[in-house]
Amino acid sequence: MNLKESFRIALRALNANKVRSLLTMLGVIIGVAAVILLVAIGTGVQDEVTGSIEGLGSNLIFAFPGNVEQGGGGGGGPGGSIQKQFSLDDAEMLQRRLGPDDKVVPVIQAAAIAKVGNREWRTTMAAGNEYSGEVFSADYASGRGYYRSEVSASSRVVIIGASVQKELFPNKDPLGEYMDVNGQRFRVIGTLVEQGGSLTGDQDNQIYLPITTAQRLLGTRDISIIIVKAADATQIDLIQQRIKRALKPRFGEEFSVFTQQETLGILSQLLGTLTVMLAGIAGISLLVGGIGIMNIMLVSVSERTREIGIRKAVGAKTYDIMSQFVIEAIVLSVAGGVIGITIGWLGSEALKVVVPTQVTPWAVALAFLFSAGVGVFFGVYPAYRASRLDPIEALRYE
Amino acid sequence: MSENSETTPIGARGCESRRVVLEARDVSKCYVLDEIEVHALRGLDLEVCDGEMLAIIGPSGSGKSTLMHIIGLLDRPSSGIVTVEGEEVSSMLPNQLAAVRNKRIGFVFQSFNLLARTTALANVELPLVYSGVSGAERSRRAKEALERVGLGDRLNHLPNQLSGGQQQRVAIARALVTEPSIVLADEPTGNLDTRSGMEVMSILQDLNTEHGITVVLVTHDDMVSRHAQRIVALRDGKVVREEIVEKRVIAHERRAKFDAGGEE
Repeated sequence: MNLKESFRIALRALNANKVRSLLTMLGVIIGVAAVILLVAIGTGVQDEVTGSIEGLGSNLIFAFPGNVEQGGGGGGGPGGSIQKQFSLDDAEMLQRRLGPDDKVVPVIQAAAIAKVGNREWRTTMAAGNEYSGEVFSADYASGRGYYRSEVSASSRVVIIGASVQKELFPNKDPLGEYMDVNGQRFRVIGTLVEQGGSLTGDQDNQIYLPITTAQRLLGTRDISIIIVKAADATQIDLIQQRIKRALKPRFGEEFSVFTQQETLGILSQLLGTLTVMLAGIAGISLLVGGIGIMNIMLVSVSERTREIGIRKAVGAKTYDIMSQFVIEAIVLSVAGGVIGITIGWLGSEALKVVVPTQVTPWAVALAFLFSAGVGVFFGVYPAYRASRLDPIEALRYE
Repeated sequence: MSENSETTPIGARGCESRRVVLEARDVSKCYVLDEIEVHALRGLDLEVCDGEMLAIIGPSGSGKSTLMHIIGLLDRPSSGIVTVEGEEVSSMLPNQLAAVRNKRIGFVFQSFNLLARTTALANVELPLVYSGVSGAERSRRAKEALERVGLGDRLNHLPNQLSGGQQQRVAIARALVTEPSIVLADEPTGNLDTRSGMEVMSILQDLNTEHGITVVLVTHDDMVSRHAQRIVALRDGKVVREEIVEKRVIAHERRAKFDAGGEE
């Protein structure tokens, strides 16, 4: 008997038990769809996060207060871990030490309430100096960034993101108009091009002010972090060392300096681990689906013992019976795999509204191979049992 | 089961000038059931001659079904030798036995043993599937076999849409389709009403008389056994009696009489 016949027999048997076949496949369908969906989410998030960091511009070095490697709380003073914050002086000192080619930007981020007329809007303020636009590769829709003079004078000028513009200036050009930020009056000098949503928050729902203005507005002398853009990408490690050396006298070990590459590396490692973990969890459901197939095939073998006996009585050989049952199991799992891939794919496309997803070929291939493998692996044992039945024993079975 | 007085003594068997198609020599079969040894056959000898119709009778427990399964190659003897058309099969591997069952032996069971949810045609095609006959040729031969048993108009009926007699005729068609040299029928009328039983017997008898196919049937019905040319009686796993039937029952005549309302 050839394979074509085995296929026909297997398909006929599956067709005769439609509901049971579908329920059996369901385990594999869910498993495969889950693997593809979860890996798609993991990969999508990873791409998004690394993309948004890369989008900041290359050659960046970040300095944070506090020692990240020692877990932040390592200070050990009597009052616990009171971190010493950076100030504008530290940023200026770094700029002096590094020279004019490498741009140093002190950064503050804080919540803010913006208001135009009686329209009020919650947003985030990000403050920097005159280099901000260059360092963060700002894309102006209209207007300009702030000048050095405006930074030194703590001018009340603001650049607004696309969402803020939409909310507060729905029908007019905001350029030159005034808006309130935390109760102070600001003049809009620039607007930014819409960047689209992202995991790290709505990048369009931000307003940008000069750092000195932000300090005055918040009543602080501290800044959150210092970002340095190296003029020469090949010098980045050297510059990182120089920043560390410059900050050491004032901060000891209580600060951290990362290059963008390091940040990216840490993040993608973290997110990669997350993706693998998600795939692992989904893989377990695939395994459970496989055991479901084995269970059904075993039931099917004992339920069809008589059928096996009849087939053997009229001349079926061991491998005829074996191939019939193995093919049944493979058809179940491969069909389940294909349906699962379709569902996973469509699902991840649909999920794009909520979460960034990216269907990866390796996840599809892996899920498909795994489901086919599950079919073979869990189908062989019941098929072997079926093929070894003694014809007369099988015929007597009731 | 009535003992018949017209018996001839053991030893009168032998096929004389005819070829022996099936032979069992000193065959024993012993089961272990719940740690108790059951001797179903004890050194039994049997020869089936080419073209004959042989009935095996005996009380239940006499080993007639076991013998049938052994000569049908569905079961193996514990000891002894079975030959089919001169070829010894006792030492064959399972797959070789499957090939012999497929090509040379047609088996008709008491309980029909048709595949459920499978059309009459597909059921009859089944042995051909396993002997590698493909597509069109297969359904042509299966159709022909079904026509021979008078079911040419029931090709696509499922077993549960057919009467018992019709199901048994499908089973006979399945046994015939590979053109075997021997048809073995194990209580073929056991599950049928009188009228259907008569139909089945007339088909089996026709196969024998008109097509020269060797038929061996097991029965405990005296009337059924008298359709054969020769009767072998078993008891306790041995042949105890053998008889050449002087006045064979002709199935057609009996059926005609039955249909006319005459009691037999």
